[in-house]
Amino acid sequence: MTAIMTSTDVHLAYGAKEALHGFDLSFKQHEISALIGPSGCGKSTYLRCLNRMNDLLPDVTITGTFKLGAQDIYAAKVDVVTLRQRVGMVFQQPNPFPFSVYENVAFGLNVVGHYAKADLDQRVETSLKQAAVWDEVKDHLTENARTFSGGQQQRICLARVLAAQPEVILLDEPTSALDPISSAKIEQTLLTLKANYSIIIVTHNLQQAARISDQTAFFLNGQLVENTPTQQIFIKPQQKTTSDYLNGKFG
Amino acid sequence: MDRMKQNLHQASKASYQDYFGKSISLFCASLVGMLVVAILYFVMTRGLATFTQNHISLRSFLLGQTWNPTQIGANGQPEVGALPMIVTSLAVTLLAALLATPFAVGVALFVTEIAPRRGGQLLQPMIELLVGIPSVVYGFIGLSALVPLMRHLFGGTGFGILTGTLVLFVMVLPTITSLASDSLRAVPLDYHSAALALGATRWQMLYKVVLRAALPGILTAVIFGMARAFGEALAVQMVIGNAVLMPKGWLTPTSTLTSQLTTGIGNTTLGTLPNNVLWSLALILLVMSLFFNSLVRFIGRRGRMQK
Ligand SMILES: Nc1ncnc2c1ncn2[C@@H]1O[C@H](COP(=O)(O)OP(=O)(O)OP(=O)(O)O)[C@@H](O)[C@H]1O
Ligand SMILES: [Mg+2]
Repeated sequence: MTAIMTSTDVHLAYGAKEALHGFDLSFKQHEISALIGPSGCGKSTYLRCLNRMNDLLPDVTITGTFKLGAQDIYAAKVDVVTLRQRVGMVFQQPNPFPFSVYENVAFGLNVVGHYAKADLDQRVETSLKQAAVWDEVKDHLTENARTFSGGQQQRICLARVLAAQPEVILLDEPTSALDPISSAKIEQTLLTLKANYSIIIVTHNLQQAARISDQTAFFLNGQLVENTPTQQIFIKPQQKTTSDYLNGKFG
Repeated sequence: MDRMKQNLHQASKASYQDYFGKSISLFCASLVGMLVVAILYFVMTRGLATFTQNHISLRSFLLGQTWNPTQIGANGQPEVGALPMIVTSLAVTLLAALLATPFAVGVALFVTEIAPRRGGQLLQPMIELLVGIPSVVYGFIGLSALVPLMRHLFGGTGFGILTGTLVLFVMVLPTITSLASDSLRAVPLDYHSAALALGATRWQMLYKVVLRAALPGILTAVIFGMARAFGEALAVQMVIGNAVLMPKGWLTPTSTLTSQLTTGIGNTTLGTLPNNVLWSLALILLVMSLFFNSLVRFIGRRGRMQK
């Protein structure tokens, strides 16, 4: 399988403090890749490099190469807006806009261009179905998205990303604020989405990584320790530190 | 056993302080409440005397166009039609708000979103300074600079709705700007990053998300601006011309409710019709300010439900 995103020699510094210390990591198409590691090891920082959300922070220096397919996403001529349409992101805290469910999901589409009402309706419905939240919101599409439960809000946010039809979906601990049932629904959703999307998910939940991911990358102190097929890493990790972390010896 | 009982039944120092604090704030609150009731009562009784004692019909007061409280008119009653003042007041208020809102929102966006550093350091204090300038200063500048300019540009006296609107525009601009900036600043950063992560441009983010999320607050800001414009007396009085006449154009001398009040209040004796009708004008102002207040509350409630 081909790599959808590749990064090489990644260094990132917040001001003078380096947070990522140089490693290579790539992700395969139509797979779920999990990023795990103790708090503060740089998972979110790395993830934000992949859709250039770090650009929004002041005083961040990023070196190394990041590619989407064959294109360097940090090249001078790259349009960040187009990049973010192709590499969507779901955040840790559900963050729907204080508008109706429909408007939330249609937002990503309206940003890209003008759609006929019928097309828009269709895409909103499909996206909400893909995000496994359609049944719960279909009779409330005009209600404020922020009045739904956290789990529902998170799936609405996922639908909002899906509506724009990105190629890669980045998720930063999307279920850490959710109850087990909502989490399970999102996991299920991600497994079905895998056929059409490439998914990169940061998670603190090792079982979650084991359940849904194909590949697991273990980060520690701004370094990548190993990137191994999930089936192997939990049984026979390549590094001793990984094994210690997975067995709860630190973290 | 003894000690436990004692502790529970005896008021502690803390709960005594609590009681003391509560009584003070209750006292202050009731004082304010009494003041409000007293003002309402005062304005109401005086303002209504025009209709109850002087038997002026409400209709002729609200819809009449001639203002001549000291002379008996054709129908055997003094003519006290307040319509010209009501129209002028509403006109300058609406026009000033209409003119100021786009500017204010633009400046607020600049200060909060586009250049928060420079904007915050430079523009913010300037805006706050503008809010604090006494209205007589605005009126004075209007009178000595704007009126001659208008006269020069458009002929006539230079006094009128246009000049009044321009002075009020400058006066409500800082009010609306600073309230609108507050409401823009209250939009969670989450919404910004969510919009950008979806591939929105910065302009789309501002326009489709931030401004929209801040809309109830911005509307409130505009209404506060309008309330200020509607109630402003001194500055308007200096540039409006002070003739109780229907405005015939942009620059014909006319009067607002407030300017007529300040002009007339020294020349009348308490208890007479000319004095009572001024109180009736005050009553209209009071009703309008109640209206503005309830509008703000209504929007506030709608806005909260949205979040
Ligand atoms: N905006 C920022 N400015 C400065 N330093 C930051 C910033 N964001 C993160 N850091 C630092 O970078 C390092 C990595 O943080 P990051 O948020 O990527 O960790 P993480 O692996 O996502 O942790 P968690 O699991 O707790 O989310 C930390 O030391 C953190 O203090
Ligand atoms: Mg993180």
